[in-house]
Amino acid sequence: MRLGYRSRVTRAAGADQDDRIVDVPGPARPHPSGSAWEPRVDLHLEDGLAEAEVDHWVRSACVLCSNGCGCDIAVKDGRMVGVRGRADDRVNRGRLGPKGLYGSTPWSHSPDRLTRPLVREGGDLVETDWDTAMGRIVAESRRLLDEKGPLSHGFYTSGQLFLEEYYAQAVVGKAGIGTPHMDGNTRLCTATAAASLKESFGADGQPGSYDDVEHAEAIFLYGHNVAETQTVLWRRMLDRIEGTDPPAVVCVDPRETDVARACGRTGGVHLPVRVGTNVALVNGLVRELLTRGWTDDAWVAAHTLGREDLEATVADYDPERVGHICGVEPDDVRRAAEIFGTTDRVLSTVLQGFYQSHQATAASVGVNNLHLLRGMLGRPGCGILQMNGQPTAQNNRETGADGDLTGFRNWQNPQHVQRLAELWNVDPMTIPHWSDPTHAMQIFSYAEAGTIGLLWVSATNPAVSMPESARIKRILGGEQCFVVVQDLFFTETAALADVVLPAAGWGEKTGTFTNADRTVHLSEQAVDPPGEARSDLDIWMAYADAMGFEDKDGAPLVKWRTPEEWFDAWREASAGRPCDYSALSYDTLRSSEGIQWPVTEEQPDGTARLYADAHFPSDTDYCETYGHDLLTGGTVTEEQHRAKAPAGRAFLKAEHWTPPHEQVSDEFPLRLTTGRTVYQFHTRTKTGRARPLDAAAPGPWVELCAADAGALGLADGDEAEVTTPRGSIRAPLRVREQEPGTAFVPFHYAGEGQANVLTMTVWDPVSKQPTFKTAACRVAKAGPGGGA
Amino acid sequence: MPHLATYVGLVDHSEQVLADSFRTVADGHAHVADVHHLCLTLAGMCDRHREQLAPVVERYGEEDLDEPERLRADALLQAREGEIGLLRDLQDLHLLASLVKSTWVVIAQGAQGLRDRDLLEVAQSSQQETDRQLTWLNTRMKAAAPQALIVAP
Ligand code: SF4
Repeated sequence: MRLGYRSRVTRAAGADQDDRIVDVPGPARPHPSGSAWEPRVDLHLEDGLAEAEVDHWVRSACVLCSNGCGCDIAVKDGRMVGVRGRADDRVNRGRLGPKGLYGSTPWSHSPDRLTRPLVREGGDLVETDWDTAMGRIVAESRRLLDEKGPLSHGFYTSGQLFLEEYYAQAVVGKAGIGTPHMDGNTRLCTATAAASLKESFGADGQPGSYDDVEHAEAIFLYGHNVAETQTVLWRRMLDRIEGTDPPAVVCVDPRETDVARACGRTGGVHLPVRVGTNVALVNGLVRELLTRGWTDDAWVAAHTLGREDLEATVADYDPERVGHICGVEPDDVRRAAEIFGTTDRVLSTVLQGFYQSHQATAASVGVNNLHLLRGMLGRPGCGILQMNGQPTAQNNRETGADGDLTGFRNWQNPQHVQRLAELWNVDPMTIPHWSDPTHAMQIFSYAEAGTIGLLWVSATNPAVSMPESARIKRILGGEQCFVVVQDLFFTETAALADVVLPAAGWGEKTGTFTNADRTVHLSEQAVDPPGEARSDLDIWMAYADAMGFEDKDGAPLVKWRTPEEWFDAWREASAGRPCDYSALSYDTLRSSEGIQWPVTEEQPDGTARLYADAHFPSDTDYCETYGHDLLTGGTVTEEQHRAKAPAGRAFLKAEHWTPPHEQVSDEFPLRLTTGRTVYQFHTRTKTGRARPLDAAAPGPWVELCAADAGALGLADGDEAEVTTPRGSIRAPLRVREQEPGTAFVPFHYAGEGQANVLTMTVWDPVSKQPTFKTAACRVAKAGPGGGA
Repeated sequence: MPHLATYVGLVDHSEQVLADSFRTVADGHAHVADVHHLCLTLAGMCDRHREQLAPVVERYGEEDLDEPERLRADALLQAREGEIGLLRDLQDLHLLASLVKSTWVVIAQGAQGLRDRDLLEVAQSSQQETDRQLTWLNTRMKAAAPQALIVAP
């Protein structure tokens, strides 16, 4: 039996069974609850190469989404020519999805790779050597440090580098320059996952494990279109759904996705909530648990704080009111709550439908509340997965190359800062810790005003991926700020830079990374980078050397040279913190099937689930944050936190629903939401260069439901124009089942159909994640279908 | 209780001044997205406090003629410009919110003495929300200060 899956691309009859473009999740291995997920190995080699013709295979894991599927890279004549899933890997048991299978290697020998540094000469970017390019950066950097000090420097990094590279960047930025202006595009994809975990439990760290899929009796997916974003995880869920005792699937998503289609058949329910109303829904679910008595009162009393306030906040969110706000049937709210409240093992997963939407942190914290009220954590099948978007986002959070302090430390805690100062042998005053580190949107505002005079962008393409693209391009291209970009390709962002550095990519360098369920993988170098391209790690070290950064004894600040040395340095920095790598080494990783942190002397094989002992990292002296007001983002002080004496208890926190910032109006009568397609990753830097993926999803489109399209006189295939107060885009229309009144546009594409031309500059007050999914728009016919 | 009535009138007025000032800052710094949206949200909070207070005002009457001293603050009529301007505006909002808060504290004391449950409830819940406003203003000022003081032109 096959369900929940629909092929999106029609191919000629007789298409290959193993074609992951046509059959995205691939062949089923259905199995009952509690039994193991059987291996199934996916393999793809370029140019019709046979497996036996491959010269050698190099251990790695896929970096095209946060799943981190274990794979081996095929090398032939010094080129990466394909990938094969690792049957023994705990994450994927050999499977790879379309992006991993077809998108992992073709980019690497694409003729348009950057192979030499570029510098701006009289308005044009011209090729040069490394000394010249680095010389320009260092001259500008020194000038700004002399004239304005460290606050003149900003770094905007990625969710796609390796742990070692982020850690090096964190050391260079925090201890070398000493700027608080460091963030990554992880802010756009995963900041709310981190924020919600910190608010509820006291520190970041994924409570659940992918193994929970094998044990769950119900799976709740909140704004997580897993069929589109992490296809191998979806396959894993489908193998349960297609088994003899499927888990009830509950899906919160305005669109009629493949996940939504699985709900009915499993006895679950699809809640197609109106965009921007997630908080009302989770408050309603919490209220149902409370009023129906589906709570573990003894556990809640022993292990949580804040029940009374929570009860007061959610009191008004009865199913009728929630149904009215969210545009769903009150009985469906009751039914979803009943499944959650009466099932022993529930797995919840959360992603962009919550994170990139209105009141992101409050909504995601609501999911944590549901689990806390039932004491449903740390046992098989009872997981929370606050998912990540990008493959290595987790490491950015751990090492603190983004807006976090290294090792899940608390910037408000002087002891934590002191420890870092010892590790790096610098004065604690050097490490900026006077306030929450500057978030991405603010960094760009400072760059806009010119108070950040040097902005360094690594491995990301903000000209396409950030909200209100026209403004971002103006900032990057303006005279007020010197922009350095390091990337694999000459991206839309690189085109606006003052210096462009050619970077080595995955398979061209060695490093580790950690997926969404804390699984650490080692990715070894398979081939040499092209031309003069260098790893991001080498680039940070070259900059640190050229700047002559020193520790407080006058020795070089950067004492570690190889990826393995950096990993070992990180291991020391992580010791004793929630993300503890202290018993992990490259040697262990070379023989592991994927290992989940914390990995310590007591837990040498890693830790499947956090909080099995119901002890949370909330102690005042240990926690990563004292917490925030979910409405305003105002920070709780140390005294206030201490007065609550959390002592290992988790926080129940809730906030009222507020209407989205931009409301529909006569002029802009539709709600706009943006999202992803299964065939593309991020701004398509890699996937757009893989022929099968590009052919499957070559360009943008606009989705409307049939009723809305009809009312606008639009038919499937017509050229549509979407307009918001920020701008307009054009793309062909697809008529799809979804919540009426909503228009959807995928965010991957640049140019005429660039979704972020439409989105607003607004962010969640706690996680500071931009709100890509709530704006008001209008759609009109721009031309007939076919020829356009 | 003429003085309690004066204070009830005073807090009503101060909440209005604070709401107006939040809106002025929201408009004046519309390009600073978080400040813009949050100031509007917090202005709405002040409006709600006044709505909740309205029945009490009716009961006591607004006897605000015999103020012992000039306790009234003026609203911010125009936002300042730039990063330093924002910092100053946030500081002004903080001053106004502090006045609102301390006035609620005083009123809550009076309400206790009078066993006026309705007034006590409004005073306490409003004071808690004013604390949230102050916390945010503090957080936002701390974030804005270094850049504004050291690097801004
Ligand atoms: S699911 Fe994600 S990690 Fe796995 S193969 Fe697909 S893109 Fe790669």
